[in-house]
Amino acid sequence: MKSVFVYCEVENKKVAEISQELLSAGKRLAQKLGCPLDAMVFGKDLAGIESQVSSYGVDKLIVADDERLEPYRTLPHAALATKILKKEDPQIVLFGATSVGRDLAPRLASQLNCGLTADTTILDIGDHFVKKEKKEYKDLLYAIRPAFGGSIMANIINWDMHPQMATVREGVMKKEIFDKNYSTEVVNVNVEEFVKEEDFVVKIIERHIEESEVNLKEAAIIVAGGYGVGSKENFDLLKELAELLGGEIGGSRAAVDAGFIDHNRQIGQTGTTVRPKLYIAAGISGAIQHTAGMQEASMVISINNDADAPINSLADYVIKGDLETVVPKMIKFYKENAK
Amino acid sequence: MRPLKIVVLAKQVPDTRHVGPEAMKPDGTVNRGKLSTVFNPDDLHALELALNIKDRIPGTTVTILTMGPPKAADIIREGYYRGIDHGIMISDRRFGGADTLATSYTIVQGLKKISDYDLIVGGRQAIDGDTAQVGPQCADKLSIPQVTYVEEIIDIKESEIIARRRLEKGVETVTAPYPCLMTVHGSSPNCRSRNAKKVMKFKYARTKTELRSADEAMLALHVNRPYLTIPEWNVEDIEADANKIGLSGSPTKVKSVESIVLTANEAKILNDSDSDIEGMIKELIEHHTIG
Repeated sequence: MKSVFVYCEVENKKVAEISQELLSAGKRLAQKLGCPLDAMVFGKDLAGIESQVSSYGVDKLIVADDERLEPYRTLPHAALATKILKKEDPQIVLFGATSVGRDLAPRLASQLNCGLTADTTILDIGDHFVKKEKKEYKDLLYAIRPAFGGSIMANIINWDMHPQMATVREGVMKKEIFDKNYSTEVVNVNVEEFVKEEDFVVKIIERHIEESEVNLKEAAIIVAGGYGVGSKENFDLLKELAELLGGEIGGSRAAVDAGFIDHNRQIGQTGTTVRPKLYIAAGISGAIQHTAGMQEASMVISINNDADAPINSLADYVIKGDLETVVPKMIKFYKENAK
Repeated sequence: MRPLKIVVLAKQVPDTRHVGPEAMKPDGTVNRGKLSTVFNPDDLHALELALNIKDRIPGTTVTILTMGPPKAADIIREGYYRGIDHGIMISDRRFGGADTLATSYTIVQGLKKISDYDLIVGGRQAIDGDTAQVGPQCADKLSIPQVTYVEEIIDIKESEIIARRRLEKGVETVTAPYPCLMTVHGSSPNCRSRNAKKVMKFKYARTKTELRSADEAMLALHVNRPYLTIPEWNVEDIEADANKIGLSGSPTKVKSVESIVLTANEAKILNDSDSDIEGMIKELIEHHTIG
């Protein structure tokens, strides 16, 4: 049976977090379908790379190892992936909804003349009856994603132009080890055969990647600020509270756009999805774009002047007041009461 | 430096901040008639990037190509008010319901008709779908390189263009040959505002479709000032294959949609008094949420 396929991102010999999430999600789909899980990875110095992925239950890993393949560039990766997908003919292909995946996947969808659903947050398998054809299509990919500013969830399917492809949002798929002794077949491809010299016409002349120390996804406590925080200085107050509680600081898109906080700390539909045990929202009104990324927090404290702020409907505690007053008091009483 | 020929891909989008289920048609596509519309924000950044190149290299021409219902001609007028040289509209009921694959096919048919360009720019993504797919798909169909998430044009040379890209964890500067396609990130400069003189000059710009319901004075104006008539292309004009456009050219279909409802719960309402805040902190410590 045709496989479920994952495009794995790699940099400096490390398979990206999102790709590990995709392998887990892909394995769950493959089990429902009773088919293999295969993957491809393109980069440099990849000897032994299978050790990072086999435990997710990967049956076959296709490796293209060439120093020109890292850092990622569109054309050589697209050329490789196109030829591999045409040959392997999988039924489902998954990519991260990252700057790499969102650059590559549409190019491939055009090459393969197939459908691609963007920024999926739920993947499932199901059937669909096409009235016009009076035909029931079995075991289709349900690629479910927020749409129209997050106000609806849309289930996107593709029954006639395969493979079925989707990019998947980072941090939403649960990573789980399938079998730590799983054996993966490794297939090395001859890069020269797949990629032409003109695929390297775009040249990277400078690159600054901050190996981000931000780990919002794993944080148990998050103190997040919105546009209502008003200034970078007020964000320092939130940072002080976060540090004291052993948490991380985050922000809404509006706070990021206003320059109060770095974009790698953005929480919400276009940022990171988080599930902390405590989420403190200061000066955040709670547009659906934001709440989509934090609504699974176990406990929410909202500090807001506006009693009708939408986020208050998610909150366990609503503190009506200015954060300049409230936050220093929280710091003070925590210091007095914590053991 | 020789002048460049730039095409800006721009889209009129529904204002997605105000979409409810009442604006959805039974097939799951949007009933645009029920929504207010705006110039897609990222496309305005792309327009600014193009106009900025025109400022730097005199003689550069900027053309907006847009696809949409008749009302989307607003996009071209907004472009004229800010300094574009030409606007072209692709409009035909048969293009309706297109997903990104069918859309990119249609736009590429339009680009092939334009045929002469050095650079194609568009916004990174449109707020009605946030897919960021049409740019790369057009680049693929034209067999030209793509440079996504462009934040700034660093240098424009005879045979190549150098741009800085905004990635999620950093930045990257790349050089690409002409012709190429760029998608522009929202972190690039905002678009300039309308120019009052240009508004005066172009406010009566209309497409053929719009002229059908125009009065005689407007028609006479268009005879005297032919530059006011916005070219409008249909399926035949761009020689589009009927199987590759609209719903039938779209592999992805909406099976179902579900509205998101925030589940209300009982919150404790506190004020900023010492006793309220100390009480809350004590509860949190007691329940091992903090501390």
